[in-house]
Amino acid sequence: MEIVINGTAHQVPDETSLDRAVALISESATGIAVAVNGDVVSRVSWPEVRLADGDQIEVLTAVQGG
Amino acid sequence: MTEPLTDDPLLLAGEKFGSRLIMGTGGAPSLDVLGRALAASGTELTTVAMRRVDPAARGSVLDVLATHGIRVLPNTAGCFTAAEAVRTARLAAEALGTNWVKLEVIADEVTLLPDPVELLDAAEQLVALGFTVLPYTNDDPVLAKRLEQTGCAAVMPLGAPIGSGLGIRNPHNIELMVAASSVPVILDAGIGTASDAALAMELGCSAVLLATAVTRARDPELMAASMRSAVIAGRLAYRAGRIPRRRFAAASSPPVDS
Repeated sequence: MEIVINGTAHQVPDETSLDRAVALISESATGIAVAVNGDVVSRVSWPEVRLADGDQIEVLTAVQGG
Repeated sequence: MTEPLTDDPLLLAGEKFGSRLIMGTGGAPSLDVLGRALAASGTELTTVAMRRVDPAARGSVLDVLATHGIRVLPNTAGCFTAAEAVRTARLAAEALGTNWVKLEVIADEVTLLPDPVELLDAAEQLVALGFTVLPYTNDDPVLAKRLEQTGCAAVMPLGAPIGSGLGIRNPHNIELMVAASSVPVILDAGIGTASDAALAMELGCSAVLLATAVTRARDPELMAASMRSAVIAGRLAYRAGRIPRRRFAAASSPPVDS
């Protein structure tokens, strides 16, 4: 199936967990936050969340600003 | 004799900060320059923005803040609606483990002025969610009072548009806000140079938040040191109480003997 992480399409096995998807683009699991289809998903839930085809995932971190 | 300066902390949401200069991190040419500027500024609280993870990025602004023991204050820069700002604040809380947020909800990319309607809406939602909300707002005393009444921990009026370096365009409004506010008034945006920061403090602001004036100065580290001194000087002048302005001279030496 195909999921979109930070605007880029990724092919992943069906029912891939959110923590595995996050690991595709971030080596670190600290200092980041994740939203799936616009909903914030807390870190403790990442391993339990099974992704579906077409899911839009945003992985954010702190950058220089303000 | 009043208390020494060291006994004059900034009280923000029940927490004490020794420095009344809050820094931003945007615009620095490198993380190394940023780190030296932050250290020179003496700041204890510094803003960051939330953006997509860049797998190619080397180093992190969070590492710079951790190295210098500076507390992180996430912002909601780039949000145009209350819904976007609330989501960004929740993501920042998740990523950084803080429920403090500098709330920014801007109206357009040209002026970067706050959208007062969306701002108030977002502030109400975030206070209800338990956030400590520090809203970047227009220099409007009425809006500031409304933000205070929603439960915001401070109000942060602009002196002039973000990054403009135009200083404090309406000092009278800032004074009105200080007089009416029971939460700290923090001058946020528009500072161009040290005298602007000193003026903000002389007007009675509790702190100054700035970034561009330091990060885009020819020598950011030196300007940071300058801002540190300016904020202290302005605060001392405010506490000392300036003399009234007079139309005519008042001799400071005794009359000549006759």
